[in-house]
Amino acid sequence: MPGPAPVPAIVPAPVASSAPLLQVEGLTLAFGGVRALNGVSFAVQPGTITSVIGPNGAGKTTVFNTLSGFYTPAAGRITFEGRDLAGLAPPKRAALGLARSFQNIALFRGMTVLDNIKLGRHCHLKSGPLAALFYTPAARREEESLRQEIEEKIIDFLEIDHIRKAPVSALSYGLQKRVELARALAMRPKLLLLDEPVAGMNREETEDMARFILEVRREWGVTVLMVEHDMGMVMDLSDHVVVLNFGQVIAQGLPADVQANPEVVKAYLGSGNVEALRARFQAARTKAH
Amino acid sequence: MDWWLLFEITVAGIGTGGLYALTGLAFVLIYKATKVVNIAIGEMLMISAYIFFALSAGMGLPIWLAIPGALLVSGAFGALVERSIIRPMLGEAPISSFMVTVGLASILVGLVELIWTADQQRLPEFLPNKHIQIGQAFISPKIFYGFWIAVLLIGGVLLLFRFWRGGVALQATASDQAAAYSVGINVPRVFALSWVAAATIAGVAGIVVGSIGGISSVMGVFGLSVLVVVIFGGLDSVLGALVGGVIVGVIESLTGFYIGGEYKLLATFSLLVLILLVRPYGLFGKHDIERL
Repeated sequence: MPGPAPVPAIVPAPVASSAPLLQVEGLTLAFGGVRALNGVSFAVQPGTITSVIGPNGAGKTTVFNTLSGFYTPAAGRITFEGRDLAGLAPPKRAALGLARSFQNIALFRGMTVLDNIKLGRHCHLKSGPLAALFYTPAARREEESLRQEIEEKIIDFLEIDHIRKAPVSALSYGLQKRVELARALAMRPKLLLLDEPVAGMNREETEDMARFILEVRREWGVTVLMVEHDMGMVMDLSDHVVVLNFGQVIAQGLPADVQANPEVVKAYLGSGNVEALRARFQAARTKAH
Repeated sequence: MDWWLLFEITVAGIGTGGLYALTGLAFVLIYKATKVVNIAIGEMLMISAYIFFALSAGMGLPIWLAIPGALLVSGAFGALVERSIIRPMLGEAPISSFMVTVGLASILVGLVELIWTADQQRLPEFLPNKHIQIGQAFISPKIFYGFWIAVLLIGGVLLLFRFWRGGVALQATASDQAAAYSVGINVPRVFALSWVAAATIAGVAGIVVGSIGGISSVMGVFGLSVLVVVIFGGLDSVLGALVGGVIVGVIESLTGFYIGGEYKLLATFSLLVLILLVRPYGLFGKHDIERL
């Protein structure tokens, strides 16, 4: 593709108080002839909750897969803490502090909840096969206690103590999503990528998850970037909203500003019927409260 | 009916079964981690036996050096196969990588015949050859020691699986590749590791099998029985490979003695037909195993 990717007429990172934790610039990715992402740019400020929204097929999950290193972008740059992520495989990105959950739960079936969470620690452990066989008791105890402390903290925090020994496949959908969050937290992330954290959840489960996401930010100081369809939740939780449509950023800003943006309304309803969308947002909000 | 004779035949079957189980384990290791059905497992076993032959009989190395040497070369060979012909097939249809391993099997047979001719060769003796006697039953020492070598190795691999981080990483990769990749598991390295481990394990089996029955370019037929073992037990089940190995070993041994050696494979494959009719995913296999 000759020339630079067409950049939509938006100014990235409106009021940057500090250096962004994650900066995405001109991200472009094509599958065959389909432009999945077309010059996507946005920034995630540290300590914020940023949401990526957009109609189905807008490229939200594609952005996530590119961020975690599953896809290689044709053009554009991703910088995390000022470091260019180009060419880094997913495990390297995990070690840098990027953790994610998946739209369709990706837990290790056949393992217990505890084992699943423990695997989140994997990227920070270094013992080889011989070290595992000839481990000094002292070193083992030390690691065990450290591991335990973290696990207790995460398990307590997410209120999943009662199911720690249960096989994940036996759990309800909502609980599985929670275990996925626990595993991501065990990775000690700086940035948590949540792909539709409340999709398919009932109202109670959604409220629990919203509470956890807020607490993750407040108590653990983890920055959150999420893809979500539940507008009530997006508008309530987010500090910054990025709207994608057909692989392009069509708007971004404060939740209230994005809601009022006619471009966004058009993307969602296919027409300029602002009143109808306002009503929908309003309904979603009241439902969430 | 001579009960001691029956006992003797059964024990001999269990002995061979141990080697089936060991090779089955190598097969399952690859299948679990990479979802590749490796039809060339018998030929990989054969090539290891020949490498041992070349190092010991050919280059005159002492046994205690030739065995680790042969296993080292086998492991490196596993890595080479994974990197050169399996990795590029990543993301292709399962049938494609399956066909690649079919090709690999032919290449290995051809290679052996080119270098060492198709004639049968004998491996140098390294197992004690004093007969083992239990009651009135005699057990061939090679099968006896071969069995215990298999048991020790299987035990070791299972322990490593359970307690080593890499073993857990392998289980995680087997369960969900994308999730494993995103929690920081180096999935390509797990793939390579599973091939290296499988090639080494098959190498041990190859050296033992070769020292029991001699080596030749048709030695890979052993792999046919192993294929039945893993389909019987379930392609992705370690336990299945162990149980299946012993059952197939005993069935072959009994058939071979009471009906005739030429009916061994008939019995084995009748078992295969039966299990495919009743439980296509094997005794302990998961229901969602893909069809080729």
